[in-house]
Amino acid sequence: MKRLVALPFSKSLEIAYKSIRVRFFRSLITTLSLVLAVSFLCYTQTSNNYAESMLLSGGQQVIEQLQAIGYDVNVGDTSLTASPKQRWLIFLSLLVCIVGIINAQLMSVTERFREIGTMKCLGALDRFIVRIFILEAGFQGLAGAASGAILGAFVAIMSGLFRFGLRSFSLLIWTDIFTTVLFAVLIGTGLSLLGVLYPALLAARMQPVEAMRVDQ
Amino acid sequence: MCAKNIVRVSGVTKDFDLGKIVVNVLKGIDLEIETGMYISIMGPSGSGKSTLFNMIGGLDKPTSGKVFIDEVDIAQLDAYELAWLRCRKIGYIFQTFNLIPVMTALENVTLPMTFAGTPNDAAVDRGMELLKLVGLDGRHSHKPSELSGGQQQRVAVARALANNPSIILADEPTGNLDLKTGEDVIELLKQMSKERDVTVISATHDYKMLNVSDQVVWIRDGRVDKIQNREELDITTGGLAKAE
Ligand SMILES: Nc1ncnc2c1ncn2[C@@H]1O[C@H](COP(=O)(O)OP(=O)(O)O)[C@@H](O)[C@H]1O
Ligand SMILES: [Mg+2]
Repeated sequence: MKRLVALPFSKSLEIAYKSIRVRFFRSLITTLSLVLAVSFLCYTQTSNNYAESMLLSGGQQVIEQLQAIGYDVNVGDTSLTASPKQRWLIFLSLLVCIVGIINAQLMSVTERFREIGTMKCLGALDRFIVRIFILEAGFQGLAGAASGAILGAFVAIMSGLFRFGLRSFSLLIWTDIFTTVLFAVLIGTGLSLLGVLYPALLAARMQPVEAMRVDQ
Repeated sequence: MCAKNIVRVSGVTKDFDLGKIVVNVLKGIDLEIETGMYISIMGPSGSGKSTLFNMIGGLDKPTSGKVFIDEVDIAQLDAYELAWLRCRKIGYIFQTFNLIPVMTALENVTLPMTFAGTPNDAAVDRGMELLKLVGLDGRHSHKPSELSGGQQQRVAVARALANNPSIILADEPTGNLDLKTGEDVIELLKQMSKERDVTVISATHDYKMLNVSDQVVWIRDGRVDKIQNREELDITTGGLAKAE
């Protein structure tokens, strides 16, 4: 007889999904820092996309306008890249974000000690626990990063319209903006997964007895 | 020896290293438990019952000595086999119920079946059946927080029975229940042991357990004090009743 325990993938998905839904408020807080960091990233990048679209369409006047806002452009340039200061800010915000995620996930693991220990008593393997935590983080990451990216892109486009006038809207290169949003979503989801790795391993390695103590 | 021993504990000791001092909690326990018996492990609080419970259930490893389940030394099992043992062979019941708070009563009962590879529909059918058996039909969609202590413990009993285990291990199953619901849970366990030939091993200091036990193992200070069978118990409980 094969002595194997199993947890089908669909079941893991279901458990992870329910777990988030039940602890919705807590998940929201865990995700909030991600939303903010990703929206900042997406805002900056989309603003650059916007300015680039302007640059490609306009002449001397647009270049002067961009220079006035603070872009480092000259006649003949066809692309804009993030300035070192922008990059540094993005890096910092993402760093703060991942530290926040690790912190929140560690708390979530501590909160669920008994639950994890019980699952192990019922026959869960270490990797079931890791899988559930990673799926939860994946859901949270995807939802948080998507809303952050859309928020960031929306704000960037709005402020672009304000800055360059309504007519500029038709000049936007949408594929660039779309790529930026997709990229931001990927980065955000990646961060969420990266942040849960250590807490999930910690949870999985926990011995069932530790969770069973009455006095805790 | 005529009946088969489902659990054998041989020279088990357990020390906890607290840094400065080492506490010897179990000081050499030998125990043989026959299939189908209802065993109570009795002893005052702090005598090491839960520690012994964890050793028998494969939740913790002894410092020395061996625990055999079905004559297999559980220290020799790898992580997969140990998980399988916890899933299929043993059903656990805890003082604090330990239901998964985010799952409904039914989901709590079907979880061990999912781990055991039971298809979803079959698990749901059996889960409903078990909930009915413990007197909770109609409560399957309730979360643990919406159930009383006694009801939660009934769900835990149903969960423990999910994979038809040969052993039910219960650590103070009535510890957090009032007199009446405690009696109900004891009655339920007794019924399971009789009807399904499950070996019930229950750590407790609840004297209500004495009436239903086939055997009582008295633990004192990390050692087996004495082992009493049914016949001897009738005399002692008679004595107890008189003394009161
Ligand atoms: N993990 C542990 N670390 C240190 N001491 C422990 C640990 N677990 C139990 N003990 C000690 O072992 C003794 C017996 O505990 P326990 O087995 O829980 O007793 P019981 O269940 O009979 O009340 C107690 O003195 C307790 O403090
Ligand atoms: Mg105890």
